[in-house]
Amino acid sequence: MTEIIRAAWLIAVKDLRVEARSRELIYTTVFFALSCLLVFAFAFVRGGRPIPDTAGGILWVVIVFAGTLALGRTFERERQTDTLRALLLAPVERPAVYLGKLAAVLLLLAAVEALVVPVVGVLFQAPIARAPWLLMGLLAAGTLGFAAVGTLFAAMLVRAQSRDVLLPVLLYPVTVPVIIGGVLGTRAIFAPEPDFDTARLMLTMLVFFDGVFITIALWVFGPVMSE
Amino acid sequence: MTASRAGFDALHVQDVSRLYGRRRALSHVTLSCRAGEIVGLFGPNGAGKSTLLGVCATMIRATAGRVLYGDREARELGDALRGRIGVLGHDLFLYGDLTARENLEFFGRLYDVPNRRSRIAAALEHARLTDRAGDPVNRFSRGLRQRLALERALLHDPALVLLDEPFTGLDDESAAQLAVRLRALRDAGAIVLMATHDFDTADGLVDRAACLLAGRMRAIPAGSDRLRERYRRALTEASPTAPAASSAFAPGAASARHADD
Repeated sequence: MTEIIRAAWLIAVKDLRVEARSRELIYTTVFFALSCLLVFAFAFVRGGRPIPDTAGGILWVVIVFAGTLALGRTFERERQTDTLRALLLAPVERPAVYLGKLAAVLLLLAAVEALVVPVVGVLFQAPIARAPWLLMGLLAAGTLGFAAVGTLFAAMLVRAQSRDVLLPVLLYPVTVPVIIGGVLGTRAIFAPEPDFDTARLMLTMLVFFDGVFITIALWVFGPVMSE
Repeated sequence: MTASRAGFDALHVQDVSRLYGRRRALSHVTLSCRAGEIVGLFGPNGAGKSTLLGVCATMIRATAGRVLYGDREARELGDALRGRIGVLGHDLFLYGDLTARENLEFFGRLYDVPNRRSRIAAALEHARLTDRAGDPVNRFSRGLRQRLALERALLHDPALVLLDEPFTGLDDESAAQLAVRLRALRDAGAIVLMATHDFDTADGLVDRAACLLAGRMRAIPAGSDRLRERYRRALTEASPTAPAASSAFAPGAASARHADD
């Protein structure tokens, strides 16, 4: 187990180092997320006041869209240089490759969310500091569930010609429970009369989905990546 | 010495076939390589050489037949087997945004290479890239990348070295140095299986030569003339009625040996 974690960490650090050099993903996802927020602000803010109960949904739509962009490139880089084969040829268990890729995507999305959440707070007057730990828990659990499925699908589609089209088509239906849980939980926190019980229930549900998705992904990643 | 170092001292490809849909990339291929020899794999484009190397590297699953590493199959040896195989493919398995040293460092850690720092320094020296160790790989020419990729493939001291067109992009001096490197590997007890079209460099380097033609193994006739001529004869003699030459590539088969070895 420690070997898997060690290899996963190596792969994640390598991915982040490559990203730090190219800054390809962070620039595109942040730019895309901010553009989306701007469009939503024009659509849902009237006379300086946002339409009630929209901030939670907007936040998750932006995270999901930006996340899809990042996930699509996760394995694409490895495919272009054929380094994915080098990873699969290494004497490490295949789930380590999955976990490393997942960790790198999660850290990237965490950076995007660190920027997006305050912007949502400002543009849509969302009380992001009302229950910060609960909000962070929902964001972490929701992002983990979404990225866990997305990383697996991105790996499955790495050899498909129309992978860019197929990824969202496959990913969104499967991650609907995660997205709904995230939206309902966040909305419960942002509501004029907050409902923390609902938020906690959604968090529990998200943690459950995370467990299921990650277990399945670890189980099928090896066979999926075998030629 | 080689068996204890490697855990296996021979590679046996036994009656291996590989289908891609209805296309047969490999058809009943049999080949054996022993520790301490370089086996050259020749054949026209699309003959199945890369597929055979992929099967030996555990990257491609054979549709039929089996590959033995020593006396055991890949599934018996588990993930650790991949730590005993070094692969240099058409693509170089290098990260362009990372420096030469970072690439070697990453793969060295992934393979858990002992004495990593000194091994990486030696690898950079072998590749004659010590002074450019801090440069990103995407600034290197094809030849420099090829040299680095070879060192990456050999960094973990593999028992089985699989090389697909290793001389591509190398100048004469680099090709000669690669030949020296491969001889050193052979002398150290590695099994080297190399697919190439470079007959001039391979002549005198390979201990045995095998030829793939449309996925089938064909004999390269023995003789004192150049490898290229013998290969051409093998192509000419190959016909639907000509027998497949699987047995010619069993260890010690005289027909496939170089006359000048």
